[in-house]
Amino acid sequence: MNITRRRLLYLLPAAAIAWDAIIAGTPEAAPNYNMTDHWWGFLIDVTKCIGCGTCVQACQAENNVPDGYYRTWVERYHVAGWPEENPTVDSPEGGKHGFPPLEKEGGKNFYVPKMCNHCADSPCTQVCPVGATFVSPDGVVLVDQKYCLGCRYCIQACPYGCRFINPQTMTASKCTLCYHRITKGLTTACSETCPTGTRQLVDLKNPNDPAHKFIETHSVQVLKPHLATQAKVFYYGLDGSVR
Amino acid sequence: MHGIPVEGFMYPNEIELQWSVLIVLYPFLTGLVAGAFILASLERVFRIEEVKPTYRLALLTALAFLLVAPLPLQLHLGHPERSLEMYLTPHTSSAMAMFGFVYLWYLMAVLVLEIWLDYRHDIVVLSQTTTGWKRWLYKAMTLGSDNISPSALALDHKVGGIITIIGIPSAFLLHGYVGFIFGSVKANPWWSSPLMPVVFLFSAIVSGIATVMLVYMFLCRARGEQVDMRCVDTVAKYLFYAFLIDFTLELLDLIHRIYEADDSFRSLDFMVHTKLYIPHIVIQILIGTLTPIILLAITQVVRMTAAKRKVMYSLAGCLTLIGIFAMRWNVVIGGQLFSKSFLGYTTYKLGLIDREGLLVAIALTILPFFILWGLVKLLPPWEDVQGSHLEASYGDD
Repeated sequence: MNITRRRLLYLLPAAAIAWDAIIAGTPEAAPNYNMTDHWWGFLIDVTKCIGCGTCVQACQAENNVPDGYYRTWVERYHVAGWPEENPTVDSPEGGKHGFPPLEKEGGKNFYVPKMCNHCADSPCTQVCPVGATFVSPDGVVLVDQKYCLGCRYCIQACPYGCRFINPQTMTASKCTLCYHRITKGLTTACSETCPTGTRQLVDLKNPNDPAHKFIETHSVQVLKPHLATQAKVFYYGLDGSVR
Repeated sequence: MHGIPVEGFMYPNEIELQWSVLIVLYPFLTGLVAGAFILASLERVFRIEEVKPTYRLALLTALAFLLVAPLPLQLHLGHPERSLEMYLTPHTSSAMAMFGFVYLWYLMAVLVLEIWLDYRHDIVVLSQTTTGWKRWLYKAMTLGSDNISPSALALDHKVGGIITIIGIPSAFLLHGYVGFIFGSVKANPWWSSPLMPVVFLFSAIVSGIATVMLVYMFLCRARGEQVDMRCVDTVAKYLFYAFLIDFTLELLDLIHRIYEADDSFRSLDFMVHTKLYIPHIVIQILIGTLTPIILLAITQVVRMTAAKRKVMYSLAGCLTLIGIFAMRWNVVIGGQLFSKSFLGYTTYKLGLIDREGLLVAIALTILPFFILWGLVKLLPPWEDVQGSHLEASYGDD
């Protein structure tokens, strides 16, 4: 087909409309986003989690997480009874494809989604030798990929096992709380796809945020509180056996 | 996914170990530096004349190991090309970042300066007596300072003494700080202990003294010279005392952990009795600590011939180094074998030829000895080369 100058002029608006449709899925930039107006946290309602692994899949797809590494994962707990020293825990492939049937009977069973706790006093940012990992003014722990040395001290310092070295970039990687989304007014990929509403983004500076209100009016708990990291992932219905 | 055997439950990102044998090597090498320097300072500051034959050798040994110490770290980094950022834009709350400055301070302000001052007379003499490229090298090493009058040498000696006095706390800082890098990680109960810097420091002194003792005896043998037994006996005595303190501190840490029995205790106790049994109980404690302590104790109380004592010291020295290396291994590797959930254990797979494999580790362990060989050739530590000028020059200083 010969493309004449006239025909090209006809095609250009069509191409522009098509391109517009392609980028329609991309959220608008948020020029009005003010970091100091927010203080992000997260709420996980353990009583609602069904261990489907959709959140893990969504996170991997959204953030290009390499196979075998996890920015979020789901653990299944089996607590046979009292007194039991240790619960039985599994998380095959981070729970990405759900869980096989449990062989053990009785006791209590539940799922616990895990992710970076975006601690306000985070040990990982404290130890970073160059400050490549930092807490943003809106309370998200992030890693500057262009600055990270890959020394892995932060991975050692994280009490929750949330960090890993991305084998493609050889830098530290972790949950960013989908920073590219939340700064555009969206929620995280895991919250977006969770079928039961287990996972919810919380703005701790917004008193009208329903998740914020939930935290204020319900008994919630953070993981490993004795380490005083000021974790901001709050769990509702968390069993004492969870590590 | 990772093909690594796991027992129980590990958080999925914990299965792969983050710090390899190279990070084991690193505190081992810096420990030898700190220990060797502290031995050298015994003569200089505390005027323990018996150990004088090892003084210069100890300084050169410290330098050889200190030059190699950053290499395992560089090889381990995901982005070694960015490592200079630690100096250019350091994060002041990071123990690791601040350690970079401690290292640099120790290397440049203490060790290199002290060696230069101590050898300045020899360097000037060598720059006048040698020919060819060596002459130019020694000339460059004089840094333009060729005054070797008795008053200038006396000044060198005085300044050197001051640097040694600064050097002792610096050496303590150097290795105490390595301990702090591990001891300050509150997420890891195997590491997190205020005793860690002290234990690291004393184990460093032990390993440094053992290395200098072994190198001195080896070099005497290689040069066909008599070993100064008065010197080696004294060095061995200090090794024995330092080892007793080191072992006491480690026992204190152990007893404290057992008695306190916090939430991590059962998990760690299980690990020590299973995965770490051979490296911890057998190699570190039985072979690498108790045996050399007993051997050294025997030499302290039983009268023996010089030949027998040399055998005992050599054996004790080698076992000491094995024990201290095992201690570093158990801290670094052991601290990553258990899950921070205290519900499972992973396995460390040591590669053979990869970037952080066994061959690289062996090469990095041998490299300081080659550098030491070069340094000994360049700056002979022997009395005969030094001549009696120093005694004469220092006068009654």
